[in-house]
Amino acid sequence: MMSHTAPSRICATGRYLSVHMQIPIETETLANGLRVIYSEDHVAPLVAVNLWYHVGSANEREGRTGFAHLFEHMLFQGSANVQANEHFELVQRAGGTLNGSTWLDRTNYYETVPSNQLALALWLEADRMGRLLPAMTQQKLDTQRDVVKNERRWSVDNQPYGTWWERLPALTYPVTHPYHHSLIGSMEHLSDASLEDVAEFFATWYTPDNAVLTIAGDFDPAEARDLVRDYFGPIARNPSPPSRPDFSVPPRFERPLREVVEDDVQLPRAIVAMRIPPCGTERWYAASVAGAILGMRKGSRLYRTLVREQRVAADASAYTFDLTKGADLLVVDATANAEISADRLERAVHEALDALVRDGVTDAELARALALIETDFVSSLQSASDRADTLSRFATYFGDATLVNAQPARYQRVTAAEVTAFVREWCTADNRATLLYVPKVMVSEVAA
Amino acid sequence: MTAIDTNLRPTPGAPRDYHFPAFESQTLANGLRVVVAPVRKLPLVTVLALVDAGSVADPVGQEGVAQLTASLLTEGTGNLTGAALAERVELMGSTLDAGADWDSSVVKLTTLASRLPDAIALLARVLTEPSLPDDEFQRLRGERLADLLQQRSEPRSLADEAFAQAVYAPGARYAMPDGGTERSVRGLTLEQLRAFYAARYAPLGTTVVVVGDVAIDEAVALVSQVLSGWRGNAPLLSSAPDSALVAPRGIRIVRKADAPQSELRVGHVAPARLTPDYFPLVLCNAILGGLFSSRLNLNLREEHAYTYGASSGVDWRRWAGPFSMDAAVQSEVTAAAVREMLSEFDRIRAEPVTAGELTLAQSYLDGVFPIRFETTRAIASALATQAIYGLPADYYDSYRANIRAVTADDLLRAAHTHLDPSRLQVVAVGDPDAIADTLAALGIGAVTVTEAADTLGQ
Repeated sequence: MMSHTAPSRICATGRYLSVHMQIPIETETLANGLRVIYSEDHVAPLVAVNLWYHVGSANEREGRTGFAHLFEHMLFQGSANVQANEHFELVQRAGGTLNGSTWLDRTNYYETVPSNQLALALWLEADRMGRLLPAMTQQKLDTQRDVVKNERRWSVDNQPYGTWWERLPALTYPVTHPYHHSLIGSMEHLSDASLEDVAEFFATWYTPDNAVLTIAGDFDPAEARDLVRDYFGPIARNPSPPSRPDFSVPPRFERPLREVVEDDVQLPRAIVAMRIPPCGTERWYAASVAGAILGMRKGSRLYRTLVREQRVAADASAYTFDLTKGADLLVVDATANAEISADRLERAVHEALDALVRDGVTDAELARALALIETDFVSSLQSASDRADTLSRFATYFGDATLVNAQPARYQRVTAAEVTAFVREWCTADNRATLLYVPKVMVSEVAA
Repeated sequence: MTAIDTNLRPTPGAPRDYHFPAFESQTLANGLRVVVAPVRKLPLVTVLALVDAGSVADPVGQEGVAQLTASLLTEGTGNLTGAALAERVELMGSTLDAGADWDSSVVKLTTLASRLPDAIALLARVLTEPSLPDDEFQRLRGERLADLLQQRSEPRSLADEAFAQAVYAPGARYAMPDGGTERSVRGLTLEQLRAFYAARYAPLGTTVVVVGDVAIDEAVALVSQVLSGWRGNAPLLSSAPDSALVAPRGIRIVRKADAPQSELRVGHVAPARLTPDYFPLVLCNAILGGLFSSRLNLNLREEHAYTYGASSGVDWRRWAGPFSMDAAVQSEVTAAAVREMLSEFDRIRAEPVTAGELTLAQSYLDGVFPIRFETTRAIASALATQAIYGLPADYYDSYRANIRAVTADDLLRAAHTHLDPSRLQVVAVGDPDAIADTLAALGIGAVTVTEAADTLGQ
């Protein structure tokens, strides 16, 4: 029920891994178009069920910002054979965990349950994929609309810097672009959402041919396939698949972009985004490694220069948003130290990027980044839920879940020269968008 | 294959057994304890070194010294500066962090198993021979002050700190932030950190937990190789940091002008972690506010839509930590939301929970038990909890039976014993102009208004 999925870090690497570890993957596609991925292991008596629908805020129609996320809330309000909120109760009573989240271009729903409860998790997902609308009522919609408005107040309006993740896409994608508008939505648009919108969105996007189902963990393959065919097989595909929006943008900003935001905060914060090739494309891997060199952990460039040496920042990091359509973002994020002005922070961040462009990256920096990415990848395989989500992601975005097993080798091929060439092409001043948060009142007692 | 009726709910199959990973404890000659749990799932190892030097050990007036000392451990050892140390650790793909909470200080390492010997040697060096350099001390103290400054605008931290002040006696360690106040942190010196390190970091009282792709003998040999030469003694902690405030019920508003929501905390001091009523209280809390389907969440979120989520929880500590009911509610309904919280609080101590509620909470806590321990970090953290509180060796093996054994009567008795409406304190971070009058009209106590800076500065 969160909309706040941090951009998940995709991919990662290691020779060790590529030799010793591959995620087991079996796939099938049902007649109705549902793609199913099975990843079997018997380490613990638990199984993860993960369902990705290829729809997010990017697919909202004009005047309905926030609807994809509001709709996600409605999926926990029951279906033909499940009462309101019973979905949560049934899974928790079975000893499972569950949630859902909405992102710019996908929405996911997931459960991890004791392995003897696999049928329940699959049945619940199938009941709402196949038979949601009989359970929808105006009262449920009104309640969830108010819950979501409170989610907006909690995560955006009443949080320091809370608006950053709707302001940054607005600054970095054109007004007409599907990523431009707010994922959590405006209060006005949330108020306008109707039951007709729910029915239309459901019929358009929540069909088996627009979904990927992953089952990971302790299950019997034959039994799982039977359950999937029994529960999901009868659900009809969309007879007229919707057209998808145009995500294309020029490859670079071509001029510096900048927005200053006065906020109820105590410390300035500079978020600098560079437009980069889409996640998963050949050139993107150099961007991913550049992000790790710049801002992953305390040995990174930004931490060393901004936090440790210059002490202008109390914290600094860098990461990619991992967007696969149109263009991705490489983001540098630094919060000022006490008594440091917004100007000084902003200048320091840009100087650090200038130095990266000027000097390029060293073999040692590359080795550090690749080693951290490798360990993170191995760590991310530990939980069945994370494994399932990763498989759904690769299948949804790239049409091939087995690509996940090719990631380690792909990262290993990145060279320092390639990263240097990348930052010289993409991290220059004319491809940077700066979102600068400035305290409404620069607090005087800081200096006291 | 016969067609099945997809309108029918499936029934579960037979459950498979699960056992918490087997582990073994040994004590080295210098008093250091080693706990090892081999987990052969992936080539990863997590190591935690737990030192009896939590924030409760901060000397009076030096609040925050435990946290800063722990943070400074990784800022250099021998000829390695903090920057060089970070680079060396990260070139191995490892992570090495240090920090402190109320109960202990901890150095944490996660590494590929192939790097364990080198990585654990670095962990031992920062633990036993840290440089504690002045330059990095000045920086970290500055960052802590920046963090405190930042919290003035963060409703959730403000609410937590104001609530601690509302329920603990002035001067009690638990009444102040674990990382110290603006005043105490500003006054800290490097000499105080070094004295704290000398007094509290010693092999006796330290436990090293090793979990992952490693054999018991191998892990013990590695720890012994790098830490058996460590010498020193630390006195046991004695002073209790938990004296509760004896005061009439009250409502404190921390001013956040024009806030669209009020961040609420309602509660009082709870028992310490080792209370014999731990299991009944865990279930009581699950039903009151621990689950999505809890009374508080169904009431405040799903029935009234006052909030994105309402919950309750006990912050379990070695001494008596706080219990609170939490929610961020739309400003206009602040008083109504508090009234609903109080009514749920009264109800859970007045009448037995239903069989449906109890079995839901028990099935959930029983069933998710294996899901809680999928990672080396989670298993290591569970073993750390066991070490910190001195829980019995079969604690995790008997956990599920203990959850299952609680009856509605046990729960009611525990609720009646430990939840006390006359001691409740209410904290709201919000706009006094919008909420003070209606909160006062609840008639549960006097309303006072404080400033954010005062909440974090005293």
